Amino acid sequence: MAGSSGISLSTLRQHNFWDAVMRHATRTAALTVLLVLGGVIYTLVVGSLPALNQLGLGFFSSQRWNPVEENLGGLTAIYGTLITALIALVIAVPISLGIAIFITELCPRWLRRPIGIAIELLAGIPSIIYGIWGLFVFAPVFRDWFQIPVNNAVDGIPILSTVFGGQINGYGILTAGIILSIMILPYITSITRDVFETVPAVLKESAYGLGSTTWEVVRKVVLPYSGAGVIGGIMLGLGRALGETMAVTFVVGNSHRLTGSLFSPGTTISASIANEFAEAENVMHESALTLLGLTLFVITFIVLAAARLMLLRLEQRKGN
Amino acid sequence: MSLFNTAMMRKLAFGVVAAALAPVAMAADTSITGAGASFPYPIYSKWAATYKEKSGVGLNYQSIGSSGGVKQIKSKTVTFGASDKPLKIEELNEGGLTQFPAVMGGVVPIVNVKGVKSGDLTMDGALLSDIFLGKITKWDDKRIKSLNPSATLPSTRITVVHRADGSGTTFLFTDYLAKVNGEWRESVGAGNTVEWPTGIGAKGNEGVAGIASQTDGAIGYVEFAYAKQNKLAFTKMVNKNGVAVSPSNEAFSAAADGADWAGTPGFAVVLTDQAGAAAWPITGASFVIVYKKPSDPAALREVLKFYDWSFGDAGAKIADELDYVPLPKKLTDLIRASWKANISDAAGRPLL
Repeated sequence: MAGSSGISLSTLRQHNFWDAVMRHATRTAALTVLLVLGGVIYTLVVGSLPALNQLGLGFFSSQRWNPVEENLGGLTAIYGTLITALIALVIAVPISLGIAIFITELCPRWLRRPIGIAIELLAGIPSIIYGIWGLFVFAPVFRDWFQIPVNNAVDGIPILSTVFGGQINGYGILTAGIILSIMILPYITSITRDVFETVPAVLKESAYGLGSTTWEVVRKVVLPYSGAGVIGGIMLGLGRALGETMAVTFVVGNSHRLTGSLFSPGTTISASIANEFAEAENVMHESALTLLGLTLFVITFIVLAAARLMLLRLEQRKGN
Repeated sequence: MSLFNTAMMRKLAFGVVAAALAPVAMAADTSITGAGASFPYPIYSKWAATYKEKSGVGLNYQSIGSSGGVKQIKSKTVTFGASDKPLKIEELNEGGLTQFPAVMGGVVPIVNVKGVKSGDLTMDGALLSDIFLGKITKWDDKRIKSLNPSATLPSTRITVVHRADGSGTTFLFTDYLAKVNGEWRESVGAGNTVEWPTGIGAKGNEGVAGIASQTDGAIGYVEFAYAKQNKLAFTKMVNKNGVAVSPSNEAFSAAADGADWAGTPGFAVVLTDQAGAAAWPITGASFVIVYKKPSDPAALREVLKFYDWSFGDAGAKIADELDYVPLPKKLTDLIRASWKANISDAAGRPLL
């Protein structure tokens, strides 16, 4: 039976060796990620300790941002980060879903590729280009054709006149949210399109065969089948919107004053860090900016965890 | 077998590291390193390029920001640090450091008001600070009119545009406002980043100029060189002597002439609101920070030689071309004397 173990001992040893190399190399690669993550968390925590010790939890509820007097609060930046990302989602999600449904269900075959390529090109534009475009092209047009008319229209109406009031310059929370929505649109679209395409044709065709309208097929067959993937795409977009820096800092107005107005300038965590870190006024200022960074880290973590949880729920419901 | 391999590997690794280090070690002989303020970056680069042709000594300057420059010199990773804000004498003494100004520039208010051209408007400190405090909100406010009786001013709303990124320009501007207005001093203060009571923040001179040029009724502030090169509409300022002056290299020099350099330890003078009939009130110098007893005296000697050369006629000519202001001769004499008195090698001999 010598033929059955035709592999020589030296070859076996060689295989063993390469297997070991492979095992160690991949394990090192995996551990590197953990090490980097641990390093980032460690640096952020150590860097934010001075601010946490001096300012305490009041940091998260204070609107003051006076680096000179070391009176620093992060509420404006945290609020700005969340609200711009929320605006971006509110605008981008319906449009992205619309595009994905059109491409997969309704689009003539010859138009699919051009639209698909256009969306991918949109994803490839560097964020600074969006920033400059927002600064020089979008903001002035937005001010003259949207902000001023809307502001005039809601004049005197209790809540609306606050939300759409304030100093109108074209730059502000809403402008940043809109620019962000354009930026995250291709991400959500391409992922939703991909998962829509995984829906087996036989399912859709049977629904059509039963006389369903396109809307019914999308709502009752495509979306339930691909729900997890869609949520994944939305979360990816949300993650990008929360962390986006350059484009936002160009159009958000960079003001550490908290107002209820969507037209007024505001700031976000990443914009504040990008602007102020290099020339931080003192140790406390630097530490407060690091603490903002840590906060963004936690927010992003919560978003990811929430997405996981939602996916889990979806899976469970499917199981039932 | 495995021992042999390890030894081989070690030799190989050593060889690689040595080869990688060799060019660095060689380069250290002919190049000096500095880091810090971004304001003087263009002039330091131009000086360095010209100086290298002449002397063969290159300068590697990284414009990472003033705070970064101070950090780098304190951790001794560079031969000199550069900052737009002078360090206080206590901080210098604590670290065994000394500093000197190297070049000057000015900050000018820029406006975008229909029908108003460069130099048409005049501001004074009280007016400017109240505009930036958000107390004066229309261009036809009577206080603006009373300083500018001949100008036709619209009733456009004033939009304040300020720097969002921390910068020496903001420091000079807010330092001036804090000197002339008690309320500004109390509630805002002076710094690279401050708590602006009103307005929009933009990144860099170009961001401020960009937003100002698109917003009817905007007022902002930028470096003079930037305003001049981009033909922005700036205002005149009433200085400490009560004279309305236009921004110019002469006006910035006049501010430096009036300052008490000799009597201020560490040359820590901020040139805002200086006396002098021709002085521009928002002027500032950019500072170079070095060790009094450097660990590498040869490198610091090259730095001092470089700045010594830049204070001469050739350096001054280049500064003029780039719209920077060379230091007055009286001041450079003082600086050279301070090098002799303060900077020495381990044996206590002056470096230059």
